[in-house]
Amino acid sequence: MRHMIAALCAATASGLALAALAEPDDQSLAVDGVELVTEIKASDEHPLDMLYSGWRFRTDETQALQTDDFDNPAFIFVEQAVDAWDTVEGEAGKSCAECHGAVEESMKGVRAGMPKWDAEAGEVWSVENFVNRCRTERMQAEPWKWDKADMNAMAALIGLQSRGMPVDVDVSGPAEPWFKRGEEMYYTRYGQLELSCASCHEENYGNMIRADHLSQGHINGFPTYRLKNTKLNSVHGRFKGCIRDTRAHTFKPGSEEFRALELYVAWRGEGLAVETPSVRQ
Amino acid sequence: MKQTVLGLVISAVIAGTAIAGPVSPQSVVYADGAVAASLSGATGDPSSGREIIITKGQGNCIACHASEALADAAWHGEVGPVLDGVGDRWSEAELRGIIANAKMMFEGTVMPSFYKTDGFIRPGDGYTGEPATQIDPILSAQQIEDVVAYLMTLKE
Repeated sequence: MRHMIAALCAATASGLALAALAEPDDQSLAVDGVELVTEIKASDEHPLDMLYSGWRFRTDETQALQTDDFDNPAFIFVEQAVDAWDTVEGEAGKSCAECHGAVEESMKGVRAGMPKWDAEAGEVWSVENFVNRCRTERMQAEPWKWDKADMNAMAALIGLQSRGMPVDVDVSGPAEPWFKRGEEMYYTRYGQLELSCASCHEENYGNMIRADHLSQGHINGFPTYRLKNTKLNSVHGRFKGCIRDTRAHTFKPGSEEFRALELYVAWRGEGLAVETPSVRQ
Repeated sequence: MKQTVLGLVISAVIAGTAIAGPVSPQSVVYADGAVAASLSGATGDPSSGREIIITKGQGNCIACHASEALADAAWHGEVGPVLDGVGDRWSEAELRGIIANAKMMFEGTVMPSFYKTDGFIRPGDGYTGEPATQIDPILSAQQIEDVVAYLMTLKE
């Protein structure tokens, strides 16, 4: 009986804490005067009621860095990718621009629907896969490594062309088994700490874990510039770090597992605006 | 006869003492989630327990639990209940069980199990992201006793 009462007290206390502290802040995000959706009612099949961008969980100072592209440190890297876009590389003597023209036109909307099923590969592919297909097949150049500077910068430049558009991924048809696999991973309690994505980002968003204000873990702002390591961070790089931090044997950026998880997590953020390149702690 | 019995009792006590080293993580006995006896066979040191609670590479308890009694240590989390008053709310045996493996008392709790070495999915080699080669509990038997001893001092 004592157990029951104590457990109830504990549950009530954490419930109250959740009610009091789980709220993101009430700021709205405008980048260079253009409003971006950072909160939206979730679909009926979504485990959460309201979706909030990670931006809403950050400090005022961090938030401010994302409201003006001149202040946003990610744009140093985006500028490098603008140069890379026009740079001829590989045996075929081509640049990205040779085939795709102006990035602002050809890549508009691409990021909002990523990752997506690719019939030719017979897999769900992330932006990085498509970049490397171009590099190896069309340009006959070396592929870029996942989660490294060149790739993250290009993913940021491509993502930027969808900024403001709602995340909208196709999880039906051949993508569905990938979606299911990602969902299962989301709720798997990995590592010696036995923590799942949901342990922090579904059950405890809004709460502090040490110095970190837990968000809902959306990926609509990736690649994101992190103040912590002063560079762009890819979706898969963040997944790798999170699972590592559960004292687990993590997965590799670019792996099937992380592409499946990326699809599921992208779906969880459907309707939020693409914020790439965002700024986080 | 009486002497023989006494002799047997004494032998048993000595033998009991001899084997009362640390209880291995696999052989901890939980009763309703509580663990009656010391895991190390020794009593805990509350001042050591306090250090373990606030130290990131050890218990790191404050990552999730706030406590006014530990206000000198930075960055308290909000994921779990506050620690102030736990010495009133729980018995020593219950606290020992909760720290060793909270899932025995609270099914599905997010709280990690600090004295457990099996049943993990993709356990890692510490925080390297590489696969584990051997798995030690997050805290030793004595460290858990030390933490329990400190928590028992947190009375309202």
